Amino acid sequence: MTDSPLLRVSNLSKYYGARLGCTDVNFELYPGEVLAVVGESGSGKTTLLNCLSTNLEPTSGRAEYRMRDDVWRNIYDLSEAERRFLMRTDWGFVHQNPADGLRMTVSAGANVGERLMAIGDRHYGNIRASAVDWLGRVEINEDRVDDQPRSFSGGMRQRLQIARNLVTSPRLVFMDEPTGGLDVSVQARLLDLLRGLVGELGLAAVIVTHDLAVARLLSHRMMVMKDGRVIESGLTDRVLDDPREPYTQLLVSSILQV
Amino acid sequence: MSATPSYNFAYLDEQTKRMIRRAILKAIAIPGYQVPFASREMPMPYGWGTGGVQVTAAIVGPTDVLKVIDQGADDTTNAVSIRAFFAKVANVKTTTHTGDATIIQTRHRIPEKQLQAGQTLVYQVPIPEPLRLLEPRETETRVMHALKEYGLMHVKLYEDIATHGRIATTYGYPVMVEDRYVMSPSPTPKFDNPKMHMSAALQLFGAGREMRIYAVPPFTKVVSLDFEDHPFEIQHFSEPCALCAATGVYLDEVILDDHGGHMFVCSDTDNCEDRRAAGHRGALSGEVLEAAE
Repeated sequence: MTDSPLLRVSNLSKYYGARLGCTDVNFELYPGEVLAVVGESGSGKTTLLNCLSTNLEPTSGRAEYRMRDDVWRNIYDLSEAERRFLMRTDWGFVHQNPADGLRMTVSAGANVGERLMAIGDRHYGNIRASAVDWLGRVEINEDRVDDQPRSFSGGMRQRLQIARNLVTSPRLVFMDEPTGGLDVSVQARLLDLLRGLVGELGLAAVIVTHDLAVARLLSHRMMVMKDGRVIESGLTDRVLDDPREPYTQLLVSSILQV
Repeated sequence: MSATPSYNFAYLDEQTKRMIRRAILKAIAIPGYQVPFASREMPMPYGWGTGGVQVTAAIVGPTDVLKVIDQGADDTTNAVSIRAFFAKVANVKTTTHTGDATIIQTRHRIPEKQLQAGQTLVYQVPIPEPLRLLEPRETETRVMHALKEYGLMHVKLYEDIATHGRIATTYGYPVMVEDRYVMSPSPTPKFDNPKMHMSAALQLFGAGREMRIYAVPPFTKVVSLDFEDHPFEIQHFSEPCALCAATGVYLDEVILDDHGGHMFVCSDTDNCEDRRAAGHRGALSGEVLEAAE
């Protein structure tokens, strides 16, 4: 980790009319750091993630991002062209439902290669080689490169989605419940893979999850949200082992012990 | 019966023609950009060239000479009826000779004979949006055009190579116009794509159902998209036209019997007739009687 953060969020608030989405969110994210946002349904986790990834415009507040040339930019002041370019080069977004993040009617290879073609790669051989390489890194066999993702299982689709996002070596990845809807053994494998990739590539990530085990395994720091506010934040182990807020204590004690 | 007193010149009323002309001027000003226009209902079904007919009606004048082709042929139903339509409602001269025409309305082909300055080629377009089959949202495709985000078009070509080992798109092959807009050349065979590049003629595209007009002004750069290691190629034919022995032209395959017999003939009937009139003879032109095999 370097000493300069990658993302600085200050006083971010989002209201849907009079209704609160999330409010007064402040944090800094450093390169290589994984931040988990946990909380129950309706606590504003996804609203926050959508604001950070510029899918939603916040009502107030700023989020500054350090671009590759070390210039700080407020991401809400970027032009649409710059924002979309950022989204497909330096950022990634892993959706809970892989069908939202993949093109289901084109092959796995083209799914991975799309970002490369979007930034101007025009050599078929190179694009295909990168696609095969990335499929290997997310443990998808090379002979599936020309298959459409609709013939893939849920876990494979999710891994394909991750490969598709990582092919341009982004520095920041947003993940919305990346293991939701997968059975536990597939979840474990995916988490293992994600942890390896995050460590290997030095990715910074913001992971929204309601699963504390996911937060424990992947994240360095976590924020606990309730009713649109961040009620507790800190190192993951500290928050989970020594929760201070009553709600966090409730959350931690609700984990089923087998 | 008096001569069609009920129709305005060229069928459309003057305000409609004015509206279409404004769209055409805008389209010419921004080569490759799809200009929305208030497409009218025409006395023919969508898919039969309602867009092309409206563009032709808006630009045709009493001194124009009109040629209409369908798949390169002057004698198919669509071509004959559109020609008859304009002969009736605009009283314009019609021709089948590419060289004599000032306006050529076409479906699926560009004539083999090189077009000259002063000629206008009007295409009938079913789907003007080249990104449509990859991105169903119109709002999204408009943003992609606005921001020149055309990576998706290459995803389609990538899929072709991954599936068929080569770019298998043979018609409606996407082109980049003047380094700015990706455009669908309408369902012309990719054989005709190079003819669009730096053409001396004005090229207008009308999509009636989709309500879009776009244009390629004379001497505009039109480049077919491709990959560095899979460059753009046009179709090649192994034999010449069976009637006029032409090579380097686009050929149609005609089935002759149910024993696999077939022949390749010019898709451009005018070009084929000209060549035969000039004395060229193909293998099946019928001048010399041969014993059946």
